Amino acid sequence: MMNIFPKTHIDFLKYRKVYFTLFALVLIAGGFCFFTKGFNMGIDFTGGTMVQVQFASPVDMGRLRSALTATGANSELQSFGDNTYSISEKSTEHEVGVVQQRIENALNTLGVEYTVQQTNSVGPAVGESMTNRAIGAIALSLFFIIIYVAFRFSNILWGISGVVALFHDLWVMALAFSLTGREIDLVVVAAFLTVAGFSINDTIVIFDRMRENIRLHPKMNFGELINTSINETLSRTVITTLTVLFALLILYFMGGEVINSFAFAMLIGCISGVYSTIALTTPLVYTWSHGQLNDGSSFEKPATKQNVEEVVKQQHYGKRKRNRKHN
Amino acid sequence: MSNKLAVKWGLIFAILLGSAFLIYPNYKWYSKPLAERETLDTLGERPKRMLNLGLDLRGGSSLLLELEVSKLSGNEPLHEAMARAIEIIRNRIDQYGVAETSITKQGDKWIMVQLPGVSNPQRAEELIGKTAMLEFRIVKNDTTEAQSAFELLENTEKPFDDDGNLVPEIAKLVPPGLQIMRNKEGGYSLVSDTATVTGADLENARVIMMSDNGYPAISFSFNAEGAKKFGQLTGANLGKQLAIVLDNTIQSAPVIQARITKDGQITGHFTSDEARGLAIVLKAGALPAPVKVIEKKTIGPTLGEDSIKSGLSASLYALILILLFMAVYYKAAGVIADIALLLNFVFTVALMSYFGATLTLPGIAGMILSLAMAIDANVLIIERMREEKLLGKPVYEIINLGYDKAWSAIFDSNITTIIVGACLLQFGTGPVKGFAVTLIIGLLVSLFTAVFVTRAIYELILTSNTQEISL
Repeated sequence: MMNIFPKTHIDFLKYRKVYFTLFALVLIAGGFCFFTKGFNMGIDFTGGTMVQVQFASPVDMGRLRSALTATGANSELQSFGDNTYSISEKSTEHEVGVVQQRIENALNTLGVEYTVQQTNSVGPAVGESMTNRAIGAIALSLFFIIIYVAFRFSNILWGISGVVALFHDLWVMALAFSLTGREIDLVVVAAFLTVAGFSINDTIVIFDRMRENIRLHPKMNFGELINTSINETLSRTVITTLTVLFALLILYFMGGEVINSFAFAMLIGCISGVYSTIALTTPLVYTWSHGQLNDGSSFEKPATKQNVEEVVKQQHYGKRKRNRKHN
Repeated sequence: MSNKLAVKWGLIFAILLGSAFLIYPNYKWYSKPLAERETLDTLGERPKRMLNLGLDLRGGSSLLLELEVSKLSGNEPLHEAMARAIEIIRNRIDQYGVAETSITKQGDKWIMVQLPGVSNPQRAEELIGKTAMLEFRIVKNDTTEAQSAFELLENTEKPFDDDGNLVPEIAKLVPPGLQIMRNKEGGYSLVSDTATVTGADLENARVIMMSDNGYPAISFSFNAEGAKKFGQLTGANLGKQLAIVLDNTIQSAPVIQARITKDGQITGHFTSDEARGLAIVLKAGALPAPVKVIEKKTIGPTLGEDSIKSGLSASLYALILILLFMAVYYKAAGVIADIALLLNFVFTVALMSYFGATLTLPGIAGMILSLAMAIDANVLIIERMREEKLLGKPVYEIINLGYDKAWSAIFDSNITTIIVGACLLQFGTGPVKGFAVTLIIGLLVSLFTAVFVTRAIYELILTSNTQEISL
């Protein structure tokens, strides 16, 4: 049996003050960065026009820039190599198509043949609606995840801590995009939401083990129980995360321009997701329940042989009766 | 083999066969040369249950239109007006001859038009952009008020305000029951302010060549109701000018020589493209209100090709790496997980073909995520099996307990991710939606392949009285 991680006994909860301090620092750094540096929102959100052209022969970038400036507009120029440039202008005033025409007129003055590879014109109303939809989707997912986790694990605290970790991951990703000045487009938003789904996945796996251990060892000290659960699932966490990271790294380096941003967001989010499950979710559950299961949770149950069998059986069907209070 | 296991395998093979059946049309279609596909496309002979490539992968353009709600006439509810507008735009685009267009409603007043393969949508835009409100009105230019109104119009720098209404000093010169309209060839005319006969009364419209000046014109014919109304209108106004008004501009104003019932012509100095476009929009009917393009995206065919190439090859390498890793690290169990992973891919493509789903770049990303989740399910199961193996249990118990104990985590984690997917589906548009669709399909499939199929494989192995399993 090949094993990267042998049986571990790490006391993860011991460092929870460190985690909480780090969390606070991330929150502050993020807030500061969002406020001072802001985000490079793509024209899908701001409204504006992007024209990507490929010239038949090399064009001096300075000439290109001055031709564009001569139109009196403030456009951003980005080179993709292979004589390919993307010219974008974030504007909210003009009708769709006007700016594109103006950019093409400017390009015509260069006297070099070009082909338009891609254009994107977004009116201001569309951008605003996109932003609202993206925020709506994230808020709605967070809400339903709290509900679902609270329902499946019979404890609202677990649901809330899971979502705090999720929030942490989204915050870290936003921070990464703010710091690097990478453009946030619709695909990046999709990545944010994917991370939301994937990060909660880690949380669920550990919660699931805790749920099981609570029933198997009802007398166990809660802190020890959490540590045991994290350690028992650690090899799974590492293996899954590694495979996903491998895949993402390949996509990041080879996937091409569109997938690159997606992969970048996912890389940051996945690393943050693994960290936050271990360093935020479970320490929060521990702290909020004051180190023991005296919060009205319905898990307490003496470990008889019958119970253990029942747990296994119930898991087999994937459904557990919610009402276990009669015990 | 027990009966139960035989049924399981029967089911798996049936699904595999079904998938092959669903995937085959894709293979058949995409192995045809491009030109042949295009011809079949325009003939509408493209198989329906097939995986479509999104605009980002094959090139094309998309237009997002907004219906100008403030210009809707009176009492038509918005959703009805939208349904009518979509229908009319579809008719217009269909006659323009672009294959596989998709026209969908978005939000309350937005319409998304997608034109695959069209990298310069200018013509389509022109077709869509015309309201095509055709009206017939009687001209009354011969009063003194009319003449002074025209004079004032010519001398006013801005006779219309921003909303298109006349400025008050000119408006008061217009007699009741009449209104001022622009002539196509310049100048203005006074016409009756109601139109009893409109484009809605038309039955057909087509382009003809005028023999006298060589310009194309549009010949139209009325339906029964229209013919009756037009007969009354022309019969009662013999000798007067009849204004043929299109989108509030008078195209021509011939003198009514006789009572006309069946058909007529719209002349003007049209180019042949203009005339053809006009005939199309007249036949398709008028939009309930003008539409405005609020978003326009175009992607050239080469760019689409490049992105599909790099996206696909990267995904392929990622997949191979994962397969190798699993097989090396988990040995036999890893290979079984790999089989499930490949089946997951096959079933997902089959289901997407069945739904005629559109594959976009974010869609490929969604597929990758669902594959990652499938891997995770197997890692969970195998890690559980390892735990049981360390306790020295017999093989069949290792397998059963592995699945039983891992199931709740697999189930819960997949459901939460599906919840995220559903929220995306609800809120997302275009690319985000494509991502959500493949993600949800992929996750549902992975619950089946990663749990049901792999377990069937283990059970099959157990029938040969296996004593040891490499994990």
